[in-house]
Amino acid sequence: MSLDKNGIAKRIAQELKDGYYVNLGIGIPTLVANYVPNNIEVILQSENGLLGIGPFPEKGKADPDLINAGKQTVTTIPGSAFFDSSLSFAMIRGGHIDLTVLGAFEVTDKGDISSWKIPGKMVKGMGGAMDLVAAAKNIIVATTHTDRHGKPKLKTKCDLPLTGIKCVKKIVSDLAVLDVTDKGFKLIERAPGVSVEEILEKTGAPVIVEGDIPEMKL
Amino acid sequence: MNKVVKNAKEAIKDMRDGQTFMLGGFGLCGIPENTIHALVDSGLTNLTCISNNAGVDDFGLGLLLKKHQIKKMISSYVGENKEFERQLLSGELEVDLIPQGTLAERIRAGGAGIPAFYVPAGYGTEVGEGKESREFNGKMHLLEYGLIADFAIVKAWKGDTMGNLIYRETANNFNQPMAMAGKITIAEVEILVPAGELNPNEIHTPGIFVQRIFLGVDYEKRIEFETVRES
Repeated sequence: MSLDKNGIAKRIAQELKDGYYVNLGIGIPTLVANYVPNNIEVILQSENGLLGIGPFPEKGKADPDLINAGKQTVTTIPGSAFFDSSLSFAMIRGGHIDLTVLGAFEVTDKGDISSWKIPGKMVKGMGGAMDLVAAAKNIIVATTHTDRHGKPKLKTKCDLPLTGIKCVKKIVSDLAVLDVTDKGFKLIERAPGVSVEEILEKTGAPVIVEGDIPEMKL
Repeated sequence: MNKVVKNAKEAIKDMRDGQTFMLGGFGLCGIPENTIHALVDSGLTNLTCISNNAGVDDFGLGLLLKKHQIKKMISSYVGENKEFERQLLSGELEVDLIPQGTLAERIRAGGAGIPAFYVPAGYGTEVGEGKESREFNGKMHLLEYGLIADFAIVKAWKGDTMGNLIYRETANNFNQPMAMAGKITIAEVEILVPAGELNPNEIHTPGIFVQRIFLGVDYEKRIEFETVRES
């Protein structure tokens, strides 16, 4: 069974460590916040100028001055801090963020990623994604293994405009967990009930498979 | 010293067609609503606008785009505005898309008198095409230039008659760096007090960066995506 988006988020949450400062992108990455283990403390950074993102506000208590990078209303937590956009990216560019999780259109076995532009169709802009992927120490991509037409999103070369090169370290998809190594994709785990053969078939690049590949524990 | 002007209309009275202006805010959060309305009423055209986002179709910068007052946008993310996307794809509007952190730093650097600097963002992508690059500590970087504008238009929470500013929550965003980068910086505020009433420890933008300040009125503070907890 392939994972749904909550399953992907749940698996990524297992990568979090106590004391981590984390930037979560829009979409599936945002859901990771729902699965932070109770026994660890993780501080979420929002690039529009908030460290310590709290839960969504209660009904009727939304504050228009308090939003996340997805422009959704949020709250603070005890110990939150506000700052301007240049200081926010000083945190990011300066390597102070421990983990970045973002979505992608395509990822290559070299760690290249495309996620921001479909020429002639979608020109929303890159926002903070290029700054994040160029600077973060650890980047995990949350994605489905294939696109809507069943084509692999994990490939040897990005066809869409790049967001960054040689930056993605790990991919958590609906089918598998893969590391991006010097030698290419390496299969780490498979989704419950998903075979190694299916993963290889749906990946558009060579995959290193060593020994028995365990199922994810969710 | 008193930098107070009556309203937005007076604050932009010497702005001219074809000039460049910066506009603070992230999405619709912390945008200078009063001055945007005054710009729409002014009928100024051929403007170049530096703003992280482009508003939505019927609010914020979208109002200026709808009237075709803007010739060029310099932004990082414009996804919430269909009219913008239409004008861009049809070639009516010139657009320079810049990584958000690079945009913020270019503005900060411009205001701080730093003509250029290196950052890693965009190296190896189309953002890096035609730019000088250089390796530092084993990693490639792009040369980026400081940005200034004829006018920087910002929104703060509190301000005083000397132009000192305090922002509120995430409504700070691009307002603080932009306040430094205008040849003329206009600040509109929700609360305007006499000099001496703001706590100097809490001031984000010292008044030296601000030339004109006025008390804004009728803030709508529209929320783009109101999201609440499931009960």
